[in-house]
Amino acid sequence: MTLDLPLVWVAVIATAVFLYVLLDGFDLGVGILFPFARSSAERDVMMAAIAPYWDGNETWLVLGGGGLLAAFPGAYAALLPALYLPVMLMLLALILRGVAFEFRARGRRRGKAGWTFAFALGSITAAAAQGLALGGFIQGVKLASGVFVGGALDWLSPYALLTALGLVCGYALLGAGWLMIKTRDNLHGDARKWAAVAAALVAALLTLVSVATLFAHPEIAGRWGWTGAGFDLARLARLSPIPVLGAVGLAIVAAGLARRSHGGPFVGAVVVFVSGYLGLAASFFPYVAPYGLTFRQAANDDGALTLLTWGLGVILPFILGYTGWVYWVFRGKVAEGEGYH
Amino acid sequence: MALDALLLSRLQFAFTLAFHIIFPSFTIGLASFLAVLEASWLITRREVLQRLYLFWLRIFAISFGMGVVTGVVMSYEFGTNWSAFSRLAAGVIGPLLAFEVLTAFFLEASFLGVMLFGWKRVGPGLHFLATCLVAGGTLVSAFWIISANSWMQVPSGYRILGDGRFAAADWWQVIFSPTFPERFAHMVLAAYLTTALAVGAASAFQLLRDAGQAESRIALRMAIGMYAVVAPLQLVVGDASGKDVTHRQPAKLAAIEGFWETRAAQPFHIVAWPDRARQGNDWEISVPALGSFITTGDAGAVVRGLKSFAPRDQPPSAVVFWSFRVMVGLGLAMIGLGVWGLLLWWRKGLERTRLFLRATVLMGPAGFVAVIAGWTTAEVGRQPWVIYGLMRTSDGVSPVTTHEVSASLLAFLTIYAIIFGAGVLYILRLMAEGPALGASAPTTDGERAPGTPLAAAPPEPGP
Repeated sequence: MTLDLPLVWVAVIATAVFLYVLLDGFDLGVGILFPFARSSAERDVMMAAIAPYWDGNETWLVLGGGGLLAAFPGAYAALLPALYLPVMLMLLALILRGVAFEFRARGRRRGKAGWTFAFALGSITAAAAQGLALGGFIQGVKLASGVFVGGALDWLSPYALLTALGLVCGYALLGAGWLMIKTRDNLHGDARKWAAVAAALVAALLTLVSVATLFAHPEIAGRWGWTGAGFDLARLARLSPIPVLGAVGLAIVAAGLARRSHGGPFVGAVVVFVSGYLGLAASFFPYVAPYGLTFRQAANDDGALTLLTWGLGVILPFILGYTGWVYWVFRGKVAEGEGYH
Repeated sequence: MALDALLLSRLQFAFTLAFHIIFPSFTIGLASFLAVLEASWLITRREVLQRLYLFWLRIFAISFGMGVVTGVVMSYEFGTNWSAFSRLAAGVIGPLLAFEVLTAFFLEASFLGVMLFGWKRVGPGLHFLATCLVAGGTLVSAFWIISANSWMQVPSGYRILGDGRFAAADWWQVIFSPTFPERFAHMVLAAYLTTALAVGAASAFQLLRDAGQAESRIALRMAIGMYAVVAPLQLVVGDASGKDVTHRQPAKLAAIEGFWETRAAQPFHIVAWPDRARQGNDWEISVPALGSFITTGDAGAVVRGLKSFAPRDQPPSAVVFWSFRVMVGLGLAMIGLGVWGLLLWWRKGLERTRLFLRATVLMGPAGFVAVIAGWTTAEVGRQPWVIYGLMRTSDGVSPVTTHEVSASLLAFLTIYAIIFGAGVLYILRLMAEGPALGASAPTTDGERAPGTPLAAAPPEPGP
């Protein structure tokens, strides 16, 4: 039996990007919620709730980039110049917030205040930049023989702004859900309130983005059965489990909040993200640089994919194993004085 | 227009890469140093070793974080700024870069969390394992990135497909390309030296204030041991790497040595200013025939000069001529420091010889400067090629506008200046506090404003 290597790698990259969104999503989300904390001590706990994980989480982003280069160089080479400014904005914002983990602990009074600000600003900006890039991606990039030929600001549109806002709120929901798992007392109570607000915003924005996506590109509208005047119900029905899943996720968040469950809202938020991700995949698969380059056209040479597949098969079980182990080591509520500072 | 975006992209890549390499060169060595310290502590149970470990762990955490965030940038810049190169070369270098992520980055990132925050969560054995895995991860990361870079310097084991893309014909020859072993050894030794110089400087600084401080006495001796062993070894490895350049990258060699004419018994220019416009050197101070001897081992050998290459195929000579000399000069100074230190150690005069301690402090940044100078020599010397002899740098650039690259370059300059200033401040502040304080509270409200020279000074006057 021979494997369909490009198809395997679509699954790998898609999973890596999704894991990135979930994992860095919750730690970016904690940063997005930073301005709403009551005190500096509370912010210390918020940071401690993500400090052992953030670096590993962000590595999925590096795998997304490095893996895309290795498996689908055509897509890597087409998308990154097209999304140059949002990608650069994201990288710069990730730098600011990444160094803040250490710098904030090292800074004295003014330094600490400065890095608190940088952490929040960096987290919000990184999330928004990812949303802008996502918006630009969904609207499609202008290609000629696989090379980007559009303008520097093609990605900028009301739709991209809406996806940016949606992603910031989505990450905030993940972050609040994570904090509910990891914290107690006042901060836990605050996180519950943040989760409720974020969930309401996500419900509204998810609906708005879903509707707006139908108009982002005719290709998408067709797939979801939108004919311009009404819906082709048969087509819509086939994809309807996806929005239903999103609604279920939101219901889990709401039920978790109502029952004072510690883990429920986070699980619900994950389900909402699964639904959103599947919705996007259904909208543009098999394109990897919508709507001019499919994953087969963008794929690397078979020799490279074969080597990559072997390497991945050997290494990935270890990565998943020790990543899981690290989460297990740091399970439970954040305890005082575990740092090395 | 295209030329401007090209030039700006080169500037941006050079700047972000030079900035990034500072941190891996430090953390590769520091991670191994920490593993040795923790092992020594586990065996001897001497508390002084644990304090030393915890002290350098705090500095490691800052440097590692800066290395991570500036490294993420690199993995995207191949696409944002060098998309044509990525498209054509991914068949060969793509898997190497992806393997770096899979085999090294995840390992380092995951076990770093245990290393920093796991003291009370895992036993000492597991904690030591985490330290070793992080140290191993840094070396594996260096392995893959040097492998990719060595292939770009001296490509082997590849074939070119009909549409111009590169593909691997033999992965073994791609990963272990001809110059890879020397270049990998050269980089790892450079990282170890860089770390030893920084550790030595911080220790000497403490000993200048308190000659009896146990932690710094140990660390200084470990550092001197590294200078004495690694610096001479580096000279040998560096020479082997240089011989590779002689045989495989003659244009780079000619640029490094300022050779313009092809002739026997090339002189060695101690000082010169290579001038591309007039295809010759100004201000030459030379030793006859030594150039041929150094580069080939034979004083009479014929060595090619730059004029034998078309001007469009010549690397910019002045930059590599001087960056090479800065690197070698600092390397020789490191050997001298090692010999001097050994001598004083043997005569039991280390702590008393303030001139040596001051010189050690002064040499603290030498490793970083040498690493950047060395990479400048390797990368600028490869120009005008991005894949030596096969693909020009100008053919690798992305279809982006001057405006976009100007904006991002300006933003990188600003943000990197901020984080560099803060990172150096916090590291120097920790170094000034010294290891003897142990795991003290970091956030005392100082009256000194961050960013002023005083902020880097110790909070209390030394005893």
